[in-house]
This record gives sequence, structure tokens and C-alpha cells, in this order.
Amino acid sequence: MRSDTRWYFDHNATTPIAPVTREAVSLAMEDAWANPSSLHQDGQRARRCFEEARAQVARFLGCSPKEIVFTSGGTEAANLAVLGGVRASTRRDRHVLTTAIEHPAVLEACAQLEREGVAVTYLQPSRQGVIGPEQFRRHLTKDTVLASVMHANNETGAVQEIAAMAAMAREAGVLFHSDGVQAAGKLAFSPVSAGVDFYSVSAHKLNAPKGCGALYARTGTVLAPLLHGGRQERGRRAGTESVTLAAALGAAVAMERPDVTPLRDRLEQGLLARIPGAHVNAGQAARLPNTTNVAFDGIAAESLVIALDLRGFSVSTGAACSSGSTEPSHVLLAMGLSPEQARSSVRFSLGLGNTAEQVDLLLEAAAEAVARLRALSPAHSEVVR
Amino acid sequence: MSAPQHSPDERELIAVAMSGGVDSSTVAALLHRDGHAVAGMTMQLWNQRRLPEIAVEGATGRCCSLDDVYDARWVAGQLGIPYYVVNFEDRFEQSVVRPFVEEYLAGRTPVPCTLCNQFVKFDRFLEMAEGVGARRMATGHYARISWDEPSGRWLMLRAVDETKDQTYFLWGLTQEQLSRTLFPLGHMRKSEVRDLARELEVPTAEKNDSQEICFVPNGDYAAFLEAYLREQGREAPAGQGELVSTDGHVLARHCGVHHFTVGQRKGLGVSAPEPLYVIATDPAARRVTVGSNEELLRATFHAREINWISIAGPDAAVRAGVRIRNKHIPAAATIEPAGQGRARITFDEPQRAVTPGQAAVFYAGDLVLGGGWIE
Repeated sequence: MRSDTRWYFDHNATTPIAPVTREAVSLAMEDAWANPSSLHQDGQRARRCFEEARAQVARFLGCSPKEIVFTSGGTEAANLAVLGGVRASTRRDRHVLTTAIEHPAVLEACAQLEREGVAVTYLQPSRQGVIGPEQFRRHLTKDTVLASVMHANNETGAVQEIAAMAAMAREAGVLFHSDGVQAAGKLAFSPVSAGVDFYSVSAHKLNAPKGCGALYARTGTVLAPLLHGGRQERGRRAGTESVTLAAALGAAVAMERPDVTPLRDRLEQGLLARIPGAHVNAGQAARLPNTTNVAFDGIAAESLVIALDLRGFSVSTGAACSSGSTEPSHVLLAMGLSPEQARSSVRFSLGLGNTAEQVDLLLEAAAEAVARLRALSPAHSEVVR
Repeated sequence: MSAPQHSPDERELIAVAMSGGVDSSTVAALLHRDGHAVAGMTMQLWNQRRLPEIAVEGATGRCCSLDDVYDARWVAGQLGIPYYVVNFEDRFEQSVVRPFVEEYLAGRTPVPCTLCNQFVKFDRFLEMAEGVGARRMATGHYARISWDEPSGRWLMLRAVDETKDQTYFLWGLTQEQLSRTLFPLGHMRKSEVRDLARELEVPTAEKNDSQEICFVPNGDYAAFLEAYLREQGREAPAGQGELVSTDGHVLARHCGVHHFTVGQRKGLGVSAPEPLYVIATDPAARRVTVGSNEELLRATFHAREINWISIAGPDAAVRAGVRIRNKHIPAAATIEPAGQGRARITFDEPQRAVTPGQAAVFYAGDLVLGGGWIE
């Protein structure tokens, strides 16, 4: 029953390393191992490699290289924007506007700000996982310093109207951050043309290694740094730069990516056609082309994920607690799903390497596993039959 | 139930319930060494961040602590077997914690481990395991299971290591559950298990054994009870009441019936020439009755929800050794069926502290005949 071959459908969690990023890492390790802040020519070679990576990320986001801050990952990028953006404000009464469906990188940073005396409003999404721009505007106050709305949700793939909200924020004199960790590389987008002030991206969601991310910070914005100990990144991020990882991110964003929309649709339609009592969460929303989040009535998603894993398929429930066990997703609960519906939801996310054949194998395995789980749960058979 | 296949073949996936301790780690290592396909699973049963007011700093051996999950995952990683943490918190609270609390409030002394075995470990876990493709599970319990061809029944026997025997907590298992369960350690002494763990290079070989009831820090039931009721927004357990002698004299005041259990000697708050013991508790009257050791002796009691394991439910009286506490030495008794899953049990010699809420487990030598709850 167990399988040694693996089929990976969890690209929103992380992605496999692409050959071009592996090559970039290897090249940078050979050629650009020196400290880019050093005066000598070894250091200069590292600096050139590092700045080339910065230029690639800037081209990708349509901004100036000076507006890119390399970080240790998406979490640090989002923390730097939210904490750094608010802490740089000297106003007495400070308010932050965000949403209930953010990644913990933003939610926990906001919780930290609350402990520092900042007021925070968490907007509730619609049943489709969407925040309405008018709803956003209504909650801007005279004290609002910063707003943070994720570009695309990691669990449902629902895409928010970032440009509309960024314009409202700008009009109100409010800084606007968007967590672009899931959207980057999947949607054609420039934070500059969208009028966003801060935009976070992560390397490991883009077929590059973990340990690297970048924050777009519009020229003219001020950030209180999180790390102290050097003037790197124009004083916004202390610490000797990881040239190797930045080079990987640079190569990753420059890479051509296949459009996986047809594969995602094949999977989603296949699941709905083969499995009764299956519903797409946020199915009516504008969504990422690679993500589908499906609730299967009457089964524990945890069991389905394990059953598929033992057959060689990597999928996810999208939310795990510190021990690694499944908890009902805060995103799905915020959308108004019951805890039981949230616990029966599985996320499939596609990317580099997936094929139609793999999708068909997954469909076969998922249909069989759901039927098996339902057969074992007498309560469910009564409901469905 | 399909025709029973009495031992797993090598391709069959076995789910090992891994707590992070040495016993279950060794089970996983042993089955893996013997060529079985094995998946390790840890049950997340209770969120230790709940009830922070009774949390104990640095407590070890608590169920579901991050350290234990870390250890279990580490062992699975060393073995190269798949490993999962499965969340049964809801089931555990509903089937174990709530009944535990209600029993205490009703003046009885419950055995949560038995409920957990019956309704979580050998029920929800088995169901989940089958759902993911493992019809059998294995645990690190000290007990033996064997198939008896003549009677067509699964038998349960006491562990070879009498000091570790856990059959007192396993009497509720059904034939179906037994047919799908492996207890590889039942034939071994604890010292042999540790030796085997070292031989198999199990990283947790030297870890201390866990103690007490996993979700109650430091064994302080009263504090747990009070904190849980507060969290649930429920009334605190009945407070002060009278401590009376068996002839009705009021000896002292006490601070709540839930602090007392039948047979208890310490913490009564009265001095007397003879040692005094709790004989009975009455939550409704908030009364605790105390008396001498002799007054604790009882020859007859009733048990309910009887489950027969190694024999079919009898029509007539059965002779057995009956154990009324985990550390009690089984005493000779006659068990008479009383209808509706009840039985009347009469000891040959009266026994100390027959405690409502505890289990009575019936033995014939090493064989576990069955058991029930003391009324």
C-alpha cells in the first residue's frame, strides 16, 4: 500500500528547488563567498553578485533596486513592514488595520503591537474569503498608521483587491503593506503600479531555498529596523548579507513559470465530479491559479492527508499547531465555516513539476481514500445515503 | 468481521501509537526491525496551555507536551518511518475529561485511563488507523493478547512483568479491538525492554517512565477539577461540609467532598487514637464519613457495564480473582450475573476500600476474564 514514489501537491507550503536556483547557489558559493561589505576585490565580487540579485528582484517587482531589502524570509519581511512601519511613527495614538485571514507572520506581529499599546482592527472576510474595499475604507480611522492586507491567501488562494485598498490608504495618509508571499510568481503584479508601500516575498515559495526573502519598501518610507548591528541594507536590516541565498532568489524570480491553471482546474473538477459532498472553499472568489481548498463532508481532513501521504501524495490541511497536529484553520473559521467543515478541508496546491498524469493519479487516490474514510464513519453514511 | 487473520503479514501497515516514551518507541523499533511496514502516530489529547493556573513549570511525562512529541518524532526519524500527530482533543475531552469531572462531582473516584483506552486509544485511533490504511495498531502496553482456537475468542493475559502489568486499565476492550491490537511488550520485562531499546539504538532508551494521570499536573485532582469547572463557567464544587464518624458524630469541618476518596488516610484534619480512613463520601449532603480500618472492609458490591474478554458472558456464577485497584492483589470472589450488564461480586474475605468509580477486574490466574465499574 505504501509508496516510495512521491507526488507533490503542497506548493503553498514550500516548493522544490529548481535547477536554475540550484545553479545560482552553487555559482555564488564558488565565486561570491566573500563579505560584500569588504573593501577588497573578493568582497567586490560578492557585492556584484548580490546587487545583480537585487536588480533581478527589482525587475520582477517593477521597482528600483534601492527599494528592495533582503531579509531572512517572508516572516521577517512582513514583520519588518508591520512592526518597523508602525514603530517608526511618533504619533501618540496609533491604529493598525488588518484582516482576520492574514498569515501568522502578520497576525502575531499585530499582536505584538497590541502589547505595545497600538490598537488593531481585524477585518472579517466574506464567506468567499474576500475583504471588501468599502469595508476596508470604513475602518480607516484618523489614528490609522498602517494597513496590512495579504495579496493572496495561502489556504484558499483567494486574491484581495490590493490596488483599490492601497489607493484608499494613500488617500487617508496610511501606509499600506501587502503580504505577497503566496501571490509572487503566481500573479502578474507590481507593487509600484498598485500603489503599495510595502510588499513581502519569500524565496522558498518560488523554488529557491528557505532562509531568504525580500521586502519592497517604497522610496520615502521609513522603517524602524528589527535587527541592530550594522548598516547593511541602508540601515534597514543589519547582518552580513547572504549572497548565496539572494542569488537563488534572484534566479528564481527571473525564471519562466508554467501556467498550472489547467492542472488545478482538472484536479478541482475531477474531485467535484468523483466525490459526492465535496465543496470548494472560496470557489466564487478570484483565486490563485494553483490553489484549491476542498471540504469533504463527513471526513477528518487530517486522516485524508495521512492516507494520501502513505500512498505517496503530499497535500495539506493548511494549518498545524506547534506539535504538528491539525487545528481548524483560522482562515476558514473567519469565512464562517463551522469547526467541523474547517476540519474536513484539504488544500491542494500545484506548481513546478506537476503533470496531468499526476493529477489523475491523485484523483484516483483521493476518491478511494474519501470513500474508505466515509465507510468507516457510520454517522456520515446516514447523512449522505 | 472478515475471517480473522491472527498475525499481521509483512506488507500490512501497522500504526504504532507513540507517546515519546521508551516503551512505545521500542515497539516501533522492534516492528520495524522485524520487517513490518510501520507508521508512528502520536495522539494530541489535551492542550497543556489550557488551565494555566494549574500548570507546573518543567513538568515531565505530561501527555501531549511538546517535548514528548519532539521525542516521538525524533525516534520515528531515526527509524525512517512515517510519523504523524493526530488531534483527538475533542474526543478526549468528551469521553475522558468530562466523565472524569462528573464522576468526581458525584463522589466517585474514576479511572480515566480505562476510558481513554476504551473510547480514544482503541476506538478513535483504530478507526483513524484503518481509514489511512492500517488495520492493526500496536502500543507499548504491558499485557498479552492471544487467539484461542477452541473457544474462537481473543484472550487477554497479564504481562510477564507483573510490576508493569496494565490489564487493570484494559478490561474494556472488545473482541474486535483485541483482534486488531498488538502488545509486543507483554512478553518482556521492563529491564529487557530498556536493553532492547539500547540495542536498537532508540534515542529515548534512558527516558524516565511517565507517572500519574496525564492531564492532571502533579496528581492534584482537586485543583484540576476546580480549574476546569471555572474554565467551563460552571459552579465550583460544593464547599465546606462535615466530617463525621460512622456513628454520626461530627468530628471536624472539611473544605469540599471532592478532596476525599474512599480509603484515604492523609489530610483528614482530625487526630484520633486509631488511624482514621474515609469510608464514604456524600456530595449532596457534603458529608465525609470516616472510620477505622475494619470499617473499610466490604465483602459484597455490584459492578456495572461488565465486559467479558476471555470467556463469553456467563449465565451462572463464576469464581475469579477480583482486583479492585491497580495495585490491589486479586482476591478470591464469586461473580453472579445480575442482568443488564451488572454483576454481584462477593469476596471470600472482605476487602479494604471498595471504591465506587474504580474498576473491578476479574482474573483466572494470568487470564483476564473481564471487568466492570464498581457502583
